This record gives sequence, C-alpha cells and structure tokens, in this order.
Amino acid sequence: MADQSSKMAPAIELSGISKSFGPVQANKDIDLVVEKGTIHGIIGENGAGKSTLMSILYGFYHADSGTIRINGKEIKIPDSQAAIAAGIGMVHQHFMLVQNFSVLENVILGAEGGAILNQGIALAKAELQRLEDDYALDVDIDALIEDLPVGLQQRVEILKALFRGADILILDEPTGVLTPAEADHLFRIFEQLRDQGKTIILITHKLREIMAITDDVSVMRRGEMVATRKTAETNVEELAKLMVGRSVLLRVDKKQATPGDEKLVVKNLTVKDDRGVVMVDDVSFTIRAGEIVGIAGVAGNGQSELMEAISGITKPESGTILLDGKPIDVNGSADPAILRERGMAHVPEDRHHVGLVLPFAEKENSILGYQGDSAYTSGLFLQMDAIEADAKEKIDQYDIRPPDPGLKAGNFSGGNQQKIVLSREMERDPVVLLIGQPTRGVDVGAIEFIHRRIIEMRDSGKAVLLVSVELDEIRSLADRTLVMFAGKIVGERGPDASEGELGLLMAGINDSEKAGVEA
Amino acid sequence: MKNELPKWADYILLPVINLTVAFIVAGMVVLMVGENPLEAAYILVRGAFGYGGGIAYTMYYATNFIFTGLSVAVAFHCGLFNIGSEGQAIIGALGVALAALTLDHLMPWWVIFPLAIVGSALFGAAWALIPAWLQAKRGSHIVITTIMFNFIASSVMVYALVEVLKPAGSMAPQTRTFEQAGQIPKLDWLFEVFGSGLQGAPLNLSFFLALIMAFLVWVLIWRTRFGYELRTTGTNPTAAVYAGIPPVRTIVITMLISGGLAGMMALNPVMGDQARIELDFTAGAGFVGIAVALMGRSHPLGIIFAAILFGMLYQGGAELSFDMPNISRDMIIAIQGLVILFAGALEHMFRPSLIRLFSRFGRSSDASLAEAA
Repeated sequence: MADQSSKMAPAIELSGISKSFGPVQANKDIDLVVEKGTIHGIIGENGAGKSTLMSILYGFYHADSGTIRINGKEIKIPDSQAAIAAGIGMVHQHFMLVQNFSVLENVILGAEGGAILNQGIALAKAELQRLEDDYALDVDIDALIEDLPVGLQQRVEILKALFRGADILILDEPTGVLTPAEADHLFRIFEQLRDQGKTIILITHKLREIMAITDDVSVMRRGEMVATRKTAETNVEELAKLMVGRSVLLRVDKKQATPGDEKLVVKNLTVKDDRGVVMVDDVSFTIRAGEIVGIAGVAGNGQSELMEAISGITKPESGTILLDGKPIDVNGSADPAILRERGMAHVPEDRHHVGLVLPFAEKENSILGYQGDSAYTSGLFLQMDAIEADAKEKIDQYDIRPPDPGLKAGNFSGGNQQKIVLSREMERDPVVLLIGQPTRGVDVGAIEFIHRRIIEMRDSGKAVLLVSVELDEIRSLADRTLVMFAGKIVGERGPDASEGELGLLMAGINDSEKAGVEA
Repeated sequence: MKNELPKWADYILLPVINLTVAFIVAGMVVLMVGENPLEAAYILVRGAFGYGGGIAYTMYYATNFIFTGLSVAVAFHCGLFNIGSEGQAIIGALGVALAALTLDHLMPWWVIFPLAIVGSALFGAAWALIPAWLQAKRGSHIVITTIMFNFIASSVMVYALVEVLKPAGSMAPQTRTFEQAGQIPKLDWLFEVFGSGLQGAPLNLSFFLALIMAFLVWVLIWRTRFGYELRTTGTNPTAAVYAGIPPVRTIVITMLISGGLAGMMALNPVMGDQARIELDFTAGAGFVGIAVALMGRSHPLGIIFAAILFGMLYQGGAELSFDMPNISRDMIIAIQGLVILFAGALEHMFRPSLIRLFSRFGRSSDASLAEAA
C-alpha cells in the first residue's frame, strides 16, 4: 500500500501545533516531520506533552492552532473517524478491547460492514488472515480477549488499526505492560510493518527502546519539541540530557552538610503496583539528620512509588523502614496519619491530586493531614479561629499570594499552591521531610525561595529526601544523590557528580568502574 | 477565566432559571388539557400559601423533604449518592413504632418523642449500614445497593405490618393507633398567634426538629473534624488517603448519619400525623429528597428552601386537582416530575451556557474598563 512515488512527501507533517488546557500549555508551537516508511520515536518524560500531541493527531483533541499534513495534503482531524479515514491508527496505552468478545469481533467492531453480520464476518476473516500472514501477527482470531495475555491483546489492537487501513500507526507506551521478551517480539513486528511501507510513531519514555528500534527520534520537554535526531547519530546520554533539560536554576549557596544520627533507614524495600509489576526493587538507603539526599532519575522509574511507600500511602511488598531509629509497621497500622505524628512530613509530587483539595479554601488546605492536631481541633470541632490565624501566619512567612486564607486553593498559581503545601509540611518541625518535585510548574522566583527553605530545613537538622526529575535541582540541593532506574538504585554520587555522569546512570548505564568521583 | 459562576448566580439565578423553565413546560402541559396555566399557577400558590391551613400543610410536607434532603446531602458531600433515603425512612418508622407502641400507655409524649427520635435514627442508620459497608469494603456501587435496599425495605414493612404489627382481627395492613402520648404535639399554638388554626393540617413539632437537624448538619459538615474528613474524601479521595483519613471508616460513618437523617423523616407522618404506620407513608419523600438536595446545592439552608418549594407543589397541587377537575392527580405528579427533572436531573443543563455568558460578559466589561482607562 505504501506509495513509493510520493516518497518526497512526508507521512506526517505538523507545524505550529499548540494546545492548552486552561492555564496549562500542553503543546507549544510543535513542528514534527515523520518520513514515510520509518519508525519515529517520540520521547519525553511523563507530562511532556507526547500523548496530547498524538491525541491531536488522532482527533481526540483539537489543536488551538497549527496545521496537520498527511502525505503532503493539509487536513483537519475533527474526530477519530477522520483520523482513520486519513490512514492513521492508534494503539492506546490502555487497550480499548471488549473483554468478552473474540478477537474477530473486536477487530470488526465499528467496521462490521452492514447490518447483516455474516457477510462482514466472512470478508473480515479472510482479510484478517491475510494481515496476520503478512505481518507475522499470529493470534487465534476466535479466542476471547480475556483469555489472551497482554502481549497478544496488543497485537489485536495493531490488527484493529491495520484492518481499518492504517498506513500510519501510533503506539502510546506500547511496552509499558509487556515483558522484555514480548517487547522484543513487538519490535520485530514493527520492523515487518516498516519493511512493508507502514509508518510507525512510537511514544515512550524509555531510552532503550528508542535506541533499539527507531530510525529517527524527537524529544519533547514541557510541551515543546526540543530536538529531532537520527537515532544512529545520537546516543542515550544526549537524549537523557535533552529529556531532562536544564532549568533556569541558580546555584543555591549552602554550607557543607554536617550529618548527624540516622533518621530514615530504608532496607530492602520492594513495592508492587496494582497490576503486580515491581516498581521499587529491593531498595536500601539511609538519610541522616542534617543532610539532603536526592533521588535522580527519569520520571516513572519508581521514585513516586518509593515516596508513597515511605509516607505510608501504599503498603510495600517487603522491606523495613526505620523512622528516627524506630521501625515502621509497614504492613500493619502504619498509615500517613500515624507517620505524620511521628514526624514524617511529605510534600507530594502531585499537589493537585494529592497534596491539596483544590475546591477547599486555603486555610482548610493548610491543615490537610493535621486535621486531628490539637492546635486545630478540640474534641469533635474544628477551631476555626486558630486555623485561620495559623493560615495567616504561614501566608506571611511564605509570602503566599494573594494573602487570602478564604480563597480556594485552585485559584492560586502553581508556585503559591506549592508554598501552601510546603508551609504546611515544613512548619510542623518534622524529623524526616519527603519532598517530591518541589518546583514542578513553579515560577522562577518561587523556585529560589523554595530551594532556600529546603536548605534551611537541612541546616536545622531535618533529614530531607528529595525526589526530582530536574537534574540541576538535585545537583544544587542534594548532599548525596541516588540514581533510580527501573526501580533500582543504580548508583550513588556525591555533590560533585557531573551532569553527564548522572545522565548516564539515569539512562540505566552503570559505569561506576569508569567514573571514580566518589565523595 | 475560571469555569465558575459567581456565588449568587450558582445559588439563586441558576435554580430560578431551572424553575422557570420547569413551570413554562408545566404550563404548556396545562394548556394542552385546556386549562389556563396562569389561573392554575394562581390556584397552586393560593392553595399552598393562601391560608393558615394551606401554609401548615406546605410546612408539613416540607418537614419530610428537609429530613430526606439532608440525608442525601450529607452522603453527597462524601461523594456518595444515597438513593436509599426512601428505604431508610421506611425502616426508620419501625424505630418510631417500637418506642410509641411499647411506651404510649406508660409515659408522657416528651419521654417517648426523644426515644422515638433515637429509634428512628438508629433503624434508618442500620438500614444504611450494609450498603455502606459493601461500598467501602467491596466497592459495590452505593447507588445500586441502596436502590435494592429500598425494595427490600418495602417488603420488610409489608411483612412487619401484616404478620407482626397488625392488631388481631384487623383487615388493614397498619399498626394500631398510638395513644395520645405516642403522638407528637401539633403546632396549633403557633398558628393561633397568627389568628388562624391549623385547620386540620398535621404540622407538628418535628418541623422544628427538621430545622434543628439542618443546623446540626451545617455544623457537622463545616465545623467538625469529621465533616472536614468527609468533605475531603468526597472531593479528593487521593488527598484524603495522603492525609491519613481512612476511607472505609469515613464512608461508613457518613452513610450511618445519612441513613439516620432519613430514618427521622418517619417521625413526621407516623408519629406526627397518622399516629400509626400505614403502608406507603413515605409517599416518595425519599426520592424527592434527592431533588431537594440537588436543588439546594447540598447546603442545609438551600435544602430548607427547596423543601418548602416541593411542599408547596404537594399541597398546592392537591388543591389544584380539586379546583380544576381537568388537572387530575396524575397531572400534578407530572408537574412535580418536571420540576424534579429540570431542578434535579437537568441541573447542569443551563450551567455551561451561563458560564459562557458570564465569562463573555466579564471579558467585555474588562475590555470596556480598559478602554475607559
């Protein structure tokens, strides 16, 4: 089906695509050219805007501005029907299959070919068999979806797209649910498809996959397309750097750390997610009073799960945690409320969904997690005056604007929302402070303020665990840096570790023998 | 450009628009059966508010709806859609009957009344316990389970009346009539002050109980620690877990409170009016409570006003079907249905366009300000 004569016109050409959701700009003026018959990787961290861009291409979202050209022709894609008509097929991260339908029934769903099923089914069977043979996509077409392993379910999704005549296939994080062997098989299918003239766009945040399979790679960061490279002419280190990027960070002045007693000890911690996939794999580390330990890594390598397990939100699979020398009952009574009382403060990575209740007033948010504290509650009742006075004090100290404790948290800017969370967690004199992405979506002025506060916490003897995907942030704040990759801590570096060295570790390349800089 | 309405528009303008549309559509229905809609509206309002007895009846019905409206609202603040107020009220009546039937020849009303309050609340709460537990522990959707429990409650009540509570030899499926001490005093004295009697309306002391409960619900939701936890769980469940608020406990306690409030509704008709349990004494008040809570924006004050509105529809509607024979009892139910439809189910129909209107208006006034400057 690939038309060799129109080789000059790229399969996809996006120019100036912008899309914002309220105040969040998910895509900023994106240009992208995907040549016909290639595998094009789009890499970037979670939230970089990859999925939004592809959803625009597939008609789920409408770009605020910009043009889309398919095979050289400018088209509008108002819905996914139009995308299918233009030869675009998409395989979503979460499969869209009817579990108790057979493979065949799923494939023809929405393309039944008339009111009488029988004719359509006969035609579909023949066509499906041809597709399976052409692309080595072996699936029993009469099997029920619920009986198939995820790897095969994914093939059904690919078949669905091909059955609808897709020449361009978009796959969103296709290997997220696959075992390494299944992933390798998937890559062989990709090669088959490419050799038959199909164009493939692979969205991922895994560098290994990009290097293994793509011809070209585009890097997205914070809604922008920051670079496009020939895969053969780049390397993981460069890509990792491009993905993480550098922010306009000032180097924070700080004294040498003077670590004291062990305040947080994590031993052999293993955490699984709902699906049973190991997210944190046998992780051990120690944080002493008066030091900041940074955890660097590309987002999605287990940092979030680590934080959630330490703070008591999720139960780990195994392992022990000591807080201030005393063990935490990780599988029993330890919940966030009890840990807070014992001095575990937690600034979560996602302030919108975890750290704040956006429709609540600022003052109500300033007691979240501490609502049982005697400073705010007497008996059953909230002490409204005390809460308000306390909120006002924090607003002053942290310069939260506008200084209105009655305003809904959702109406504050990102930086001020973060200050609400920080003031709540820092002013309780914690033993251990867990901080996730302290400056994500925060303006430059607030970044400096927040960094100074974190250093002050360290200097007053708190043990600080800092998780950030901003390498510069880790490098300027942390006294020691642990690098997480695929759920494991793959290296530990001192404050003088170079960006390149950390970047390599973040890409999963452990060369501790080569790099000898140990503090 | 926030996707929000100013408070006054949210709490007053939007309900008024919804009501107006409901009445316009209802008016067209009245027109279709060949009656004058304006005249019908006049009769309806006069019947509900035109004389002492009418007002008393309106307030009597409103009492039912305040209880069930509060019940739905409390659950709603916790993100739970309790459709089961009807069933919880039915079972609540058993608590009332327990107090009244066993004590009405032994003790004065002011002893029995508090016991009946406790009984109705406990029975109503108990009926909410199983759906709450299933939701919290097993994730069984509370809408489904509470609907099912409504049917079970009806059947339980039929069984209880026919097999247990019916006096021997009686033909009617109802309890014996409570003695004077087993009845809640009527509010004649209140209406004497205004120079009119109750004129037979069953308005009783439980009206004030409803108002007190409305105040207590306000305190619970916005002034107690549990209310804070309940709202957090309802608004942002992940933040609630982060804050160490146990979801199971919060859901179960919320539903117990919700069920208790629904159960207390039984006091008004059973102990305040009929002085016995009759079949179908709830007359759908549990379902009206859903519309009342939606229309009152789950705020106790809004619920009181919405309850009075629906009380007006019940009472004025009865008068209307009496005065205009073309408008049958079924028509009145249809009109009530329209109000529920527009004020409850279609509550969000006009919201997006109103928000758009406001944001455009806001923008143009910003622009004109800028020009003026």
